[in-house]
Amino acid sequence: MNSERIVGIDLGTTNSLVAFMQGDRPVVIPGEDGLNLVPSVVALDDKDQIIVGNAARKYLIETPERAVYSIKRLMGRGIEDIRQELKLFPFRLADDLQPGEVLRIRLGEKTFTPPEISAFVLRQLKRNAERFFNAPVTKAVITVPAYFNDAQRQATKDAGRIAGLEVLRLVNEPTAASLAYGLDKKQNGIVAVYDLGGGTFDVSILKLHDGIFEVVATNGDTHLGGDDIDNLLITIALDDIRGDMGLDVSRNGEAVATIRKAVIEAKIALSLQPATTLEVELPGGKRYLREITRQQFEQLIQPIVDRTASPCKQALKDAGLKPEQIDEVVLVGGSTRIPKVRALVEELFRRTPHTDLNPDEVVALGAAVQANILAGGSEATENMLLLDVTPLSLGIEVAGGVTDKIILRNSTIPASATQHYTTQVDGQANVAIHVLQGERELAKDCRSLARFDLKGIPPMPAGIPRVEVKFLIDANGILHVSAREQRSGTEAEIEVQPSYGLTDEQVESMILDSFDSAEEDFRQRQVIEARNEAGTILAALEKGKKSPAWGQLTSAEKKRIAKLENALNQVKGEDDFQAIRTAIDALNQGTMRLAELMMDSAVSTALKGKTMDQADMGEGPHAPHPVSKAEFE
Amino acid sequence: MTIDTSKTIAAAGSGKATASCWSCGEMRAAHFCHACGKVQPPSPVDYFSFFGMPRRLNVDVASLEREFYELSRKLHPDLSARADKREQEWSLEQSSLLNDAYRTLKDPIKRTQYLLRLEGVELEEQSKTATEKARASGEVKKQIVPPDLLEEVFELNMQLEELRMNQKMGEDDPTLVKDLEGHRSRLEKKYEELAEELKSHWNQWDKALDRHSNEEQRAALDHMVDLLNRRSYIRNLVQDVNEALGN
Repeated sequence: MNSERIVGIDLGTTNSLVAFMQGDRPVVIPGEDGLNLVPSVVALDDKDQIIVGNAARKYLIETPERAVYSIKRLMGRGIEDIRQELKLFPFRLADDLQPGEVLRIRLGEKTFTPPEISAFVLRQLKRNAERFFNAPVTKAVITVPAYFNDAQRQATKDAGRIAGLEVLRLVNEPTAASLAYGLDKKQNGIVAVYDLGGGTFDVSILKLHDGIFEVVATNGDTHLGGDDIDNLLITIALDDIRGDMGLDVSRNGEAVATIRKAVIEAKIALSLQPATTLEVELPGGKRYLREITRQQFEQLIQPIVDRTASPCKQALKDAGLKPEQIDEVVLVGGSTRIPKVRALVEELFRRTPHTDLNPDEVVALGAAVQANILAGGSEATENMLLLDVTPLSLGIEVAGGVTDKIILRNSTIPASATQHYTTQVDGQANVAIHVLQGERELAKDCRSLARFDLKGIPPMPAGIPRVEVKFLIDANGILHVSAREQRSGTEAEIEVQPSYGLTDEQVESMILDSFDSAEEDFRQRQVIEARNEAGTILAALEKGKKSPAWGQLTSAEKKRIAKLENALNQVKGEDDFQAIRTAIDALNQGTMRLAELMMDSAVSTALKGKTMDQADMGEGPHAPHPVSKAEFE
Repeated sequence: MTIDTSKTIAAAGSGKATASCWSCGEMRAAHFCHACGKVQPPSPVDYFSFFGMPRRLNVDVASLEREFYELSRKLHPDLSARADKREQEWSLEQSSLLNDAYRTLKDPIKRTQYLLRLEGVELEEQSKTATEKARASGEVKKQIVPPDLLEEVFELNMQLEELRMNQKMGEDDPTLVKDLEGHRSRLEKKYEELAEELKSHWNQWDKALDRHSNEEQRAALDHMVDLLNRRSYIRNLVQDVNEALGN
């Protein structure tokens, strides 16, 4: 077994997953609830405890002011570039937010930065993995949208650190997906990956060559995904409700959350069936009903789906390829289940796309493959090497507010560029440099990454100093800057003001589980979990003893169970979680027949009567609605 | 983004590059040790030397690609993820150098520009950045019109002026648009032809290199400078036409 257990994490807008390489196959690690997907939802319960995932979802409706979703949209962004987001998403910002400060989101009385909220999700995934391995996990590969900029990548890395994870690599999501596919196919050719997720869209074109996965072009939109479809449907529903019954529920967090849940269900249903009914219980006992056909749905979402076309065309152009030259197309992300999306992909690339791997899981599986490569590889990943690119050009602001591009987009990373600077006046000791990311010609239209000052230039006449600044984009797509004055040989000091993002000290103070106590925390948590499980199985056994099935056991069987029960009772108070688990497993084995007998009798009882929820289910088919106008009861 | 002032640029191995591997002591290749595979400290070399190539401009791109893949398998940071910090640093620098070198040498124009720079020729005046800088600040940039384009450029500028006037007045002149499109396709054709012409200069350069003739080398460089200037001049004209026509 690999001593370095590195997991692969897909930190998604809507759902997150953790996976690892088991033998020669990547597998997703399920949570305690047995589910692979951990919804990227974080809530604060009434005792101010952090709740994550499926358990947090109910808070979105019950106490929306104490819950948050789609936080990925805010990663690495400033207050001035999220105005659009604030209109569409119920993000509650802290009241005392200063311009230029990292965003803080209110959850109840507390506030958290987006990296901290993401860290809660990551910590949950870390725990799921630790539970699965029965050992601490401290290293991870985390995926990010290919089109994420430097600030968004840095924020993701910070989130990992806050969660107590050493982030060995950030991998682009579409590239990760291609690794998962490539593991199976092992063939050469040109592959296009179309990745439409909950909140982001990416397209990447790769050249596969004897195990080398070389990205030749990537493009995308970090604010385009299933969320946008949901918001569109929510807006329509809200308009309907306001127009037809004069009821404005747009400010009612609970009502909006209920509508959101209903439109998501409708959206999913429409990928499988030609029509569905949107049904929402409104405050005051009223009910909103609307039939939507797939045809109407497709008309509505057409503008959103069409927005994915131009990044695809640009990527093809950048790769210098025609659609006919693409050998395979791979679909990634839950939104690619929508038939309209698939139709567009077929039209763009003139290929039937591959869908053999679950589009929700393929990115996490690929991250696990990359984690395995970083851990030294195995037979399955031998010879596999990923060569990715930077999605956006890196530039420096020069005279006239113009961007001088020094590393062009789609350059293979790591990539570097060296620039030389000099002084304008005699004895000038500082030079200011403004670093930008983006494709536009003017600095003001690009993304500002940082402003920094080269300091401590030795006093010399104007124009004489020659400061060499090296810009290096590492394999994570994150920029590093270093500088040196060449005439004197001194290192120039760099003072940085990152335009967005946390400082090192801030991240340090946010770290949830410090590395030192990781092992201890892990043990304690394991003991608590094992004791809880012991309690559950012992309670179930008590119940079993009172059931008629107990009487059907032989006295030898009963004796054996008593012995195992005794053993578990003895160890459960101790701190050895392994011993508790062993005793639980033994008791589980010993009570197998009892459980079967109980199940049989439960089934026969159920068949005699009506099940409990049957009375609550359905009200018969709804009358078809000719113009699909809203209907109220 | 992170800032690191503690390390100097590509200086880790400069001057003290040894002939034996720091790890196993075997004689090593430039970038990694053939005996133990360890990445070696980078030494400041030009892109041609990095690939062990002479400064010739006719490059077999397919074999360059093979070499790039081979070296990637030795130098990429993924392979030193478990190594100590120092090795990781070297691997990062070596593989960025590899990528920069490959990106530059595989592209005919970038390769030519790079060689000119290595040979001490600056192309700043006609470069894209210089042009955009001038555009943004509204200065009129002095450009030498290639003689064979004089007539075409004269006519084109008149028509562009006319088009802009028309647009200001809200008028539409389909013939003028057609004329401009004609200019554009002629310019684009010329632009394509330059690629062929460039190859003849490469041959001249490579031959001069074989003969160790400084004079011939200088002549080849001058031709290439002239060609690249004409090329960027044409590109800027096409861009002007595109802007005026709104596409």
